[in-house]
Amino acid sequence: MTEDRELNRLREMMSKWMEARSKALSQNPERLPRFTTVSGLEVRDLYTPEDLRDIDYTREIGFPGFYPFTRGVQYSMYRGRLWTMRMFSGLGGPEETNRRFHHLLEQGETGLSVAFHYPTLMGYDSDSPQARGEVGKCGVAIDTLKDMEILFDGIPLDRVTTSMTINPPASILLAMYIVVAEKQGVSRKEIGGTIQNDMLKEFIAQKTFMLPPEPSLRLIIDTVEFCTKEVPRWNTISISGYHIREAGATAVQELAFTLADGIAYVEAAIQRGLDVDAFAPRLSFFFDSHIDFFEEIAKFRAARRMWAKIMRERFGAKNPRSWMLRFHTQTAGCSLTAQQPFNNVVRTAYEALAAVLGGTQSLHTNSLDETYAIPTEEAATIALRTQQILADETGVANTIDPLAGSYFVEALTLRMEEEAWEYIRKIDEMGGMLKAIDRGFPQAEIAEAAYRFQREIDSGERTIVGVNKYVTDHPPITIWKMDPQIERRQLERLAEVKRTRDNEKVKEHLHRIREASLDGQNLMPFIIDAVRAYATIQEICDVWREVFGRYSDPGYF
Amino acid sequence: MVQERKVRILIAKPGLDGHDRGAKVIARGLRDAGFEVIYTGLHQTPEQIVSTAIQEDVDGIGLSILSGAHDYLFPRVMELLKEKGAEDIVVFGGGIIPEEDIPALLQTGIKAIFTPGTSIEEAVKWVRENVKARR
Repeated sequence: MTEDRELNRLREMMSKWMEARSKALSQNPERLPRFTTVSGLEVRDLYTPEDLRDIDYTREIGFPGFYPFTRGVQYSMYRGRLWTMRMFSGLGGPEETNRRFHHLLEQGETGLSVAFHYPTLMGYDSDSPQARGEVGKCGVAIDTLKDMEILFDGIPLDRVTTSMTINPPASILLAMYIVVAEKQGVSRKEIGGTIQNDMLKEFIAQKTFMLPPEPSLRLIIDTVEFCTKEVPRWNTISISGYHIREAGATAVQELAFTLADGIAYVEAAIQRGLDVDAFAPRLSFFFDSHIDFFEEIAKFRAARRMWAKIMRERFGAKNPRSWMLRFHTQTAGCSLTAQQPFNNVVRTAYEALAAVLGGTQSLHTNSLDETYAIPTEEAATIALRTQQILADETGVANTIDPLAGSYFVEALTLRMEEEAWEYIRKIDEMGGMLKAIDRGFPQAEIAEAAYRFQREIDSGERTIVGVNKYVTDHPPITIWKMDPQIERRQLERLAEVKRTRDNEKVKEHLHRIREASLDGQNLMPFIIDAVRAYATIQEICDVWREVFGRYSDPGYF
Repeated sequence: MVQERKVRILIAKPGLDGHDRGAKVIARGLRDAGFEVIYTGLHQTPEQIVSTAIQEDVDGIGLSILSGAHDYLFPRVMELLKEKGAEDIVVFGGGIIPEEDIPALLQTGIKAIFTPGTSIEEAVKWVRENVKARR
C-alpha cells in the first residue's frame, strides 16, 4: 500500500536524520539542557507528519467558520474585516479619559475599552474612606451617571462598541451605559459592547471581589437574562483567562480554568431557565498573549476547538453561534520589564503577532511604560501603531490561520487540548468550578506555577533580557503623573450630584433594589431606574453588601 | 544557649488592588528561607495592617501595592506605626512604584523599596541583613 510505503520511507529518513543529528550534537552539544515553553512544556527539536497521524483534518481542524472552528470563527477572517483595535484606557477623571478616547479614535483605534479606578471596581465612591489615595490612579473614577455622561461625551454609542473591564458592579455600569445611550437617542437594542462580568476568575486570580460567590453568580445571570431579551448586541460575560495567566498560571491552566469558568456560567444560566442557544452566542472570552510565540497560538486554536466541543457535546447547543469562541486578547503585562523599558515595544509586537495568528477578534497592546504607571498618550499611541503595522504592513492578515498544518503547531495545539481536558475532568470531579474555588484548587495551582517561574528566572534557567542577562542601566523615561486637582474635582462633582438630585427618589430606588435582591427578581430594571436618578455606585453596592455579605481573601500563599 | 526565635515578617497588601502575585511569591520565598511569614490577604486598610503587625509581634512588614496608591498608603502605615510606638518594626515595600516616588517614601522611614525585576534572592538577602528579631 502506498500509505505504508510512505510511512516506511519517512521513518527511514527520520532514523538517518537522528543518526546524523547525534553525530552533530556530539561535536556541538545543545545549548540548553532542556527546551521548554514559557509554561514549562517540553519542546522537541523536530516535528514531522508522524505527529499529525492521529489528527483527523476534517474533524479536528476543518474550515474557518465551521465546527470545531480550530481555524477561526469567521468564514473570511481578516480578509473581510480586521480585528478590532481596542486600547484599554482609563486615567484620572472622566474628562481626562474622554480626551484619551478621542485621541485614540483619531489615531485609528476601532473600539473603546474602559479601565476603571479601584474604588469603582470594588463598589466604593470616590468620597469613601476606602478610596483614599486611589482616586483616578489606576483607571477612571466613575461614581454616578454624571461621570459616565462626561466619559462618553461626543462619542456616538450607536457607532462604536465599548468594552468595560468591570466585575462586581458590572450590572451598574451596564445600566449607566444604557442610560447614556438613551440620552444620546440610541436604543438599548442598538448598542454593542462587553462587560467583563466574570466573577469566578476574580476569586481565582484578579481578586477584585465584593460579595460571596453565590450572590456574585446571581448578579451575573441577571445581566445575562436581561441582555438576552433587552440588549441583544451586548456580550454579557467576557470569560477571562488574562488575569489567571497574569497571576502566574501556565498556558494550559489559563486555558483550562477559563473554559471551566465558562462551563459554570452556562450551567448557571441554564438553571435559571434560559435556553442555551438564546444566551450562549453572546458569551465572549478574553485571553492573554504571552511571550512564548507558538504556545500562545496553539492555546488560542485549542480554546476554540474545546469550547465548540463543550457547547455542542456537553450542553447540546444547536446554534452554531453558540459553539463559537470569540475572544479579545491583551498582550502580557507580566512579560514587560521595568529595566530597559523600550524593549517592551518589541515584546508587545511579538505577542500581538501571536494573537493575530491565533485568530483574535480584538486586541489591546500594552504600552512600554506600564511597569511604571498608566501609559502616557505617546506610549499608548506607539502601542496602537504596533497593531496597525501588523495589520497593514506585515501581510500576516492576508491568509486565514497560516500556521495550520505546521507539524509543531498542530501537535502543540493537540497537547494543550489534552492537558486542559485533564484539568477540566479534575474540576468536574470536585463538583465544578465553584467547589474547586472553595477548596482553593485553582488558586494553589497558580501560586505554585508563579513561584516556580520566578525561581527559574532567579536561577538564570529562564532568560529575561535586561533583567537577568544583558543587564545595563537605562535613563529614566517620562511617565504619566496624576494631577492632584483631579481628585478634588471628582469629589466636588460627587457632592454636587448628591446635593442636586432628588434624594427621596434615590432612597425609593435603593429600597426597590433591596427588595428585588431579597426576593430574587431580575435586578437590572431596578438598577437602571436607580442610576437614572443618579444613585451612586457605592449606594447600590452597600445595599448588596448588607443583603448578601462580603467576601474576604482567604490569603493562601 | 538560648535558641533565638525565628524572625517574623508580615507581608501586607494595603489598598484595593488585587495584584497579589508578587506579595505571595515574596511570602513563599521568605518562608522557604526560614522566616516565619504571615500574609494579611488583600484589601487591607493601614489601620488593619498596623494592628495585625502589633498583635502578631512581627519584626518586619513588607508592603505591596500595584495601583499607584503607595504615595498615600505607605506613609499612612508609617504614621500609624509611630502613633502606636512600633516604629522599630522594619518596613519595606514593593510594586509598581516609579523611581521618582522612592526618595519621598524612604523619608517616611521605609527602609527599602523593591521594583519589578527584583529576584526572590535579593529580597530575602535584604531582609536577612536588615530585619532582626526585636527581642
